[in-house]
Amino acid sequence: MAIDCLVLGAGQEVGKSCVVVTINGKRIMFDCGMHMAYNDHRQYPDFSRISKSCDFNNAIDCIVITHFHLDHIGALPFFTEICGYNGPIYMTYPTRALAPIMLEDYRKVLVDRRGEVEQFTSDHIAECMKKVIAVDLKQTVQVDKDLQIRAYYAGHVLGAAMFYAKVGDSAMVYTGDYNMTPDRHLGAARIDRLQLDLLITESTYATTVRDSKYAREREFLKAVHKCVAGGGKVLIPAFALGRAQELCILLDDYWERMNLRVPIYFSAGLTIQANMYYKMLISWTSQKVKETYNAFDFKNVHNFDRSLIDAPGPCVLFATPGMLTGGFSLEVFKHWAPSEMNLITLPGYCLAGTIGNKLMSGNPTIELEGTKIDVRCQIHQLAFSPHTDGKGIMDLVKFLSPQHVILVHGEKPKMATLKERIQSELGIKCYDPANNESMCIPSTHYVKAGASDAFIRSCMNPNFQFLKSGSEEKSVSGSKCTEGTLPLWIKDERVAEGILVLEKSEKAKVVHQDELLLMLGEKRHEVQFAYCCPVNVDELEKFTTTSLTPTARMLRDPNKSSLIRLLVAKLSRKLSEGNIQDFGEHLQVESFHLSVCLKDTCPYRITNGLEDKPRTAFVCCTWSAADDKLARKIISAMENRDLVET
Amino acid sequence: MKFTCLCQGGGFNFPPCHILNVSGFQVLFDCPLDLSALTVFSPLPNDFYKAICEENSDSQNRQKVEKPLDANDLIFAEPWYKTVNNLHLWNVSFIDVVLISSPMGMLGLPFLTRMEGFSAKIYITEAAARIGQLMMEELICMNMEYRQFYGAEESSGPQWMKWEELELLPSALRKIALGEDGSELGGWMPLYSAAHVTDCISKVQTLRFGEEACYNGILIIKAFSSGLDMGACNWIISGAKGNIAYISGSNFASGHAMDFDYRAIQGSDLILYSDLSSLDSTEDIDQSSFSDDNNNWEELINSLSNYDESVEEMEKLAFICSCAIDSVKAGGSVLIPINRVGVFLQLLEQIAIFMECSSLKIPIYIISSVAEELLAYTNTIPEWLCKQRQEKLFSGDPLFAHVKLIKEKKIHVFPAVHSPKLLMNWQEPCIVFSPHWSLRLGPTIHLLRRWSGDHNSLLVLENEVDAELAVLPFKPISMKVLQCSFLSGKKLQKVQPLLKILQPKLVLISSTESHIFSDVTSFSVSHYSENETIHIPSLKESAELEIAADIASKFQWRMLKQKKMNITRLKGRLFVNHGKHQLLPENEPGGSSQTRPFLHWGSPDPENLLAELSKMGINGSVERCMTDAESEDGFTVKVQDPEKSMIEVRAAVTVISAADKNLASPIVKAMENILEGI
Repeated sequence: MAIDCLVLGAGQEVGKSCVVVTINGKRIMFDCGMHMAYNDHRQYPDFSRISKSCDFNNAIDCIVITHFHLDHIGALPFFTEICGYNGPIYMTYPTRALAPIMLEDYRKVLVDRRGEVEQFTSDHIAECMKKVIAVDLKQTVQVDKDLQIRAYYAGHVLGAAMFYAKVGDSAMVYTGDYNMTPDRHLGAARIDRLQLDLLITESTYATTVRDSKYAREREFLKAVHKCVAGGGKVLIPAFALGRAQELCILLDDYWERMNLRVPIYFSAGLTIQANMYYKMLISWTSQKVKETYNAFDFKNVHNFDRSLIDAPGPCVLFATPGMLTGGFSLEVFKHWAPSEMNLITLPGYCLAGTIGNKLMSGNPTIELEGTKIDVRCQIHQLAFSPHTDGKGIMDLVKFLSPQHVILVHGEKPKMATLKERIQSELGIKCYDPANNESMCIPSTHYVKAGASDAFIRSCMNPNFQFLKSGSEEKSVSGSKCTEGTLPLWIKDERVAEGILVLEKSEKAKVVHQDELLLMLGEKRHEVQFAYCCPVNVDELEKFTTTSLTPTARMLRDPNKSSLIRLLVAKLSRKLSEGNIQDFGEHLQVESFHLSVCLKDTCPYRITNGLEDKPRTAFVCCTWSAADDKLARKIISAMENRDLVET
Repeated sequence: MKFTCLCQGGGFNFPPCHILNVSGFQVLFDCPLDLSALTVFSPLPNDFYKAICEENSDSQNRQKVEKPLDANDLIFAEPWYKTVNNLHLWNVSFIDVVLISSPMGMLGLPFLTRMEGFSAKIYITEAAARIGQLMMEELICMNMEYRQFYGAEESSGPQWMKWEELELLPSALRKIALGEDGSELGGWMPLYSAAHVTDCISKVQTLRFGEEACYNGILIIKAFSSGLDMGACNWIISGAKGNIAYISGSNFASGHAMDFDYRAIQGSDLILYSDLSSLDSTEDIDQSSFSDDNNNWEELINSLSNYDESVEEMEKLAFICSCAIDSVKAGGSVLIPINRVGVFLQLLEQIAIFMECSSLKIPIYIISSVAEELLAYTNTIPEWLCKQRQEKLFSGDPLFAHVKLIKEKKIHVFPAVHSPKLLMNWQEPCIVFSPHWSLRLGPTIHLLRRWSGDHNSLLVLENEVDAELAVLPFKPISMKVLQCSFLSGKKLQKVQPLLKILQPKLVLISSTESHIFSDVTSFSVSHYSENETIHIPSLKESAELEIAADIASKFQWRMLKQKKMNITRLKGRLFVNHGKHQLLPENEPGGSSQTRPFLHWGSPDPENLLAELSKMGINGSVERCMTDAESEDGFTVKVQDPEKSMIEVRAAVTVISAADKNLASPIVKAMENILEGI
């Protein structure tokens, strides 16, 4: 049994996340993202690798989308409406609600601003969304008879989820993007301890270890406050959803505390409308936000009007898109960048090739559509990110302890470092395949059988083993019991022993051995050994004198119980294994049973010539075939022969 | 497995209550209150003096003469609450799991959780728990009015519970207080406190639909939407020995809650059918169309999910709205006691639409201590709502229209009748939604007194309430009373096709509903009745065991010729995890070399034994055993060569007596060759 894993995107890079996994014949596509930095064929995953004939409906059982970011969902309308995939698509309720907004926003930017040919229309988005089945967190969804999926809270953005998938006995988790620490409006990722064959995890910040985020939030607020206090304008380019809400909660709260009156604007109606969604989906935010009433009714936030771009006075403006790739944020940037009074905050991660990326690398002049812009404003890079850091990834991998880990969604050198760490520190096999690479991973398989009640019950039976901690002092005999103060080790390792029966045209069944005989209609036939062993009483007494109490020595005549007691004492010394039990009339070690034989002619008395010897007693021993080895040891100890191992 | 029905309940507000014993665990389904029994109490008297006078004169006048009930027959005291009497017969410390199917099924829970020794795990869906909590808080708030009026209770228990007082009660009231057979007095309790509710909620584990909860590693418990109300659910309990589905009152097409998810229940081995809503319905079942030979799958499914029901429900709402509009047009006010949360929210929407259409500007008031929270909460739970409401989320509209209506000041929400803001705002005619539907608690009493004389005003009641008794203390009443009924479960004619689709092996159904199945052969049916324990046969003969591949790869198969079966020994460690039995390899596989069989059977034959022995170079002679009477087919082989030894063969045992180990082991081998073994 194996899991096949084809990485179509986000292999050793960030962008166009898309992994196609085949578990026991079921094929799932995790995420269907686009690459924001490309405009050519490289912006979509190479879907032709899934099916040569492009018959995706038969090739794929379902699509799972982890969250609404374009690098995770951007190619979905293309795949469903143009490539023709008609099967089920699963995403969480918030993702289902917010994804169309993201896609529509992107489409508009593409068509209106860049003047490019759209890859999909509004209708395509609407049609695509009709195929979506919304799921709740922790809800176990039966995709079909064999395939089960379940979403777990991932933090990151509203509605982001990690997905668990199980087919037969093989199971895996695909994390999407996640955050292991709570932020202003979302909680930290939460998942059950699952038995996994494979974990596919993002690794954006594979090697970063972050400190407390409060310091970084303070830094951001200070920078904004300083700018507006000096009469400057603050531009915060952000995705319409997610980051904007987080920063807005932060600023609104700060404004309230500091009693600031400087207006905070949202560009277009987009984000205000987004707040409407956030209010309905408040159960998906952090506990703290849930408890505050009306968390997304911002008191200081207003709609922005284009005429306000060049209006005098300080303000704070949230504008899309996030990395200054075009649209309104870029337009405002052109106006505000040349003044040193103003401030631009950039997200922690900007794709190569975007204006955001150029600004981060400290470019003083930006060339835009032929005109040069002299960037003189201050630039603040946000140091908090909704992605987990390297420590968080390690924590998650350790917590889940899967059989194998695949890293995606990261930068190649950093991923290699993390891969080494996972392998050396956690001893888990780890891979970081490149795009279009395929991996095959062995997976769990169980053999199924019916188990009878008697078998299950017998497994639950206690299996006590008493081990004496000291080997020198063996104080089992009755006379020495009081001295037995050494701690006794009690082991109760229950062992399941049964018989697997395979009958023609019937399900395999596990039964207890007694049941097997019933099934067969046979009676048990025991194979036993018997031996009547001569014992020299004098020698026995000599041997044990030292350890015997005077009362015991007084019993000159070997009556039954004293002889047994002598033997127990002797065997305790000589025998390293087994639990010798003294029952007075007989002694027992496992199945080995010994009692004094007073018969004149015992059928099991095989040896000759010893009868005449004085003070020789006979003990009759029986044992089952299983304990033959032990029994032979006991007998040779009694006969004073050294055991020769054969 | 054992099943006991503690109480069949009574409709939407009083769901049934059962106990199931499965895999050695006691599972309690629901813990409701019979709030309809509140009608034996008098509503809060208007003025104290009158109340005292009445009480005094009352005790003299009351005689055992049956006369029509009047308001003075009611009990003037702080109300007590009627719990499921039979539940008190059970030791709460032996209950392991409590499953709550709806907010109404939760109202009696604090009585249980506050008891000493209670330690059960309680599972409730998130939405039901939240709404249930609000309902309990409201009950406490409303009951407080009485406590303030009557003062603290005497320690000896209330006056009305004394036998001589009960004897004097008119028979109709006595039947409510004591039950049909006069045994239910023990079920009455004074209401729990807010602290009890907080404590109860802290003991609850909330679930989402389809979420797997694992109890004790053995039972997997899942909730699926029942469609009755927001968060109301059916349960699936699965273990290694099969699945059990518990079906509570379920609704195929709801206008608010998520629809009845019957597909999730498909394939359960046992169905505990507890949708008793159709008990008193007089619908005729058209047997011909659902006889056993009609197995057309699609037809069955279509018959279930047609939308007549939701259309019907919407028509009822529209009728109420039009009656309400008529009343306000005539200058009267409308009082709608809040009953079902979902219906309440739908009515709000509908009335607003009707008012818009008739361009009326009449204020709608909601007077309830928990309304504000309830209204805010219901707008944040898209995951628990029906498809149409979820679509609203996807298009960015509020889930329920009340959000917009409150913003537009068409609906006003106040915590109590004496809220200063309400007094400032008050305008008549108006439409008021307020608790409680029993007409014995909450703001409803005050408003009813105000309007009962106005023949233009309207009171909307549900059929489940005994209207005659409910309005008794407000008589004479010239106000119009509209009684309506909403679905609180499946319609009778859908039960049989549903069960046919679900394909269980066994269905447990109330004996009062036995007439539903006249000729079913695809599954067997057992009947239960109140307070009677029935034993359910085991669903599967054997439990499913998963054997690790490591163990399976080391199997040493033995073929048993005569029986045509393969057998092998199996050894490992048994794990019971997440409802599954798994056999995993031992930690330290010490005795892996033990290939020798331990279990033998068969009857050895002396000739065969000698032949086998001689193959190994051992020679002996057979002696028939004469000495033992019991061992008729026994014999003894005396071996002389290579050494003296003896093999004694009896019917069930062979005893080998050899001094030397080197001789003993080939003899054993010879025995094993002639015996079967593993």
